[in-house]
Amino acid sequence: MSDYISHDHEHDGIDRRGFLKCMAWAGTGVLWTISGGVLVSKTLAEVAKTGSSLPTATDLSFLQISDSHIGFNKAANKDVTETFKIALDRINAMPTPPSFLIHTGDISQLSKPEEFDTFDQILKSCRTKDVFYVPGEHDVINDGGKMYRERYLKNVQGKGSGWYSFNKNGVHFVGLVNVLDLQAGGLGQLGDDQLEWLEDDVKGLGADTPIVVFAHIPLWSVYPKWGWGTSDSERALGYLKRFGSVTVLNGHIHQVLQKVEGNVTFHTAMSTAFPQAAPGDAPSPGPLNVPAEKLRSMLGLTSVQYKQGKTALAVVDSTLS
Amino acid sequence: MNTFISKIKIAALLCGISGFSVLALAGEMKDTGTGGGGQNKIEIKDFAFNPQTITVKSGDKITWINRDEEPHTVVSVGKQFKKSPGLDTDQTYTIVAGAPGTYSYFCSVHPKMTGTIVVQK
Repeated sequence: MSDYISHDHEHDGIDRRGFLKCMAWAGTGVLWTISGGVLVSKTLAEVAKTGSSLPTATDLSFLQISDSHIGFNKAANKDVTETFKIALDRINAMPTPPSFLIHTGDISQLSKPEEFDTFDQILKSCRTKDVFYVPGEHDVINDGGKMYRERYLKNVQGKGSGWYSFNKNGVHFVGLVNVLDLQAGGLGQLGDDQLEWLEDDVKGLGADTPIVVFAHIPLWSVYPKWGWGTSDSERALGYLKRFGSVTVLNGHIHQVLQKVEGNVTFHTAMSTAFPQAAPGDAPSPGPLNVPAEKLRSMLGLTSVQYKQGKTALAVVDSTLS
Repeated sequence: MNTFISKIKIAALLCGISGFSVLALAGEMKDTGTGGGGQNKIEIKDFAFNPQTITVKSGDKITWINRDEEPHTVVSVGKQFKKSPGLDTDQTYTIVAGAPGTYSYFCSVHPKMTGTIVVQK
């Protein structure tokens, strides 16, 4: 199957066919490597298949996993713990393990302690031990995220409802929370306190510092009708405008979508639990049922390159293995 | 690509039996047992409250039932009545309508979902 963009109505480098091909398949993750401010992503399946393009000793590589939804047991995936295990097996099989993982939210389905317990137990099998978290709305249902913060944000000393930043190999990482104190009729939200903190957090950084921002709900308007966006993300991105390389990693929509705007690359990750429909392709953004035999074997292969100063989206959605 | 949009709907046969109810108070309250007896059901389906606006009498019970595979919540704008826990598929939540007035609510998991309760005397 060749990879080309036949129709690009939005001029965003993604056509419908390509979109469907790079949709989220269960049990996958995305490997990110950074070299000189340039981010490159590959799916785990792609890495395992080619065994090439692994980071050299001086590169920083990390892996994004998302939307585990432990506790979900409906038709779209009766065994989400198993597919989460498969994702970890893939990580463990990598010749060079990633430096750390980022989990972009929805660890649990219903914010239940036993769901978090199961996740933690399975995660022990992962040989990469450093994990950075941001909550999804499924993780904060009953208690405003208190339990989540105690479990997953203690080490990073999250401010406010849990946001934080850290530096690795000259890259500045920012974990944001946009699933709390949501307003009726609204989208994801960061809130004034967090935005003020962000402005201050990046103030002292040189414009050549690569920035990676991660949060659960997309920080761009993917499909507001389904709540796939963040109401005050523009303000956050305003604080990041002067940087030469900004990469925004989100989850929530259970499919790969990418967009480049100036120096900012937006990317949404796949779920390890179940796919969701393309925007507007279903009555609602609920779990998407695909044939059981395809759930695990139909892995999407998505390779993405982002280069400073380039506005064109370099995305290759390869054949399904 | 038909497989992408194929759907398997699970029949929710055990509604109201497997679900749970939680009493919450809207305004000045009465116990559910001594309510006016009016039954008002709001179905949560395809990420929407149906009916979106419901008119009830003070003292009536209002029950939400979640028919989606996604969890939803019922949260009062301005905390006018107690919020529901996360409702899984086929779980229910019941309140008793309190003082006359208009009450807006939404799902805190999917805030695009909104509804209105009009309570009459």
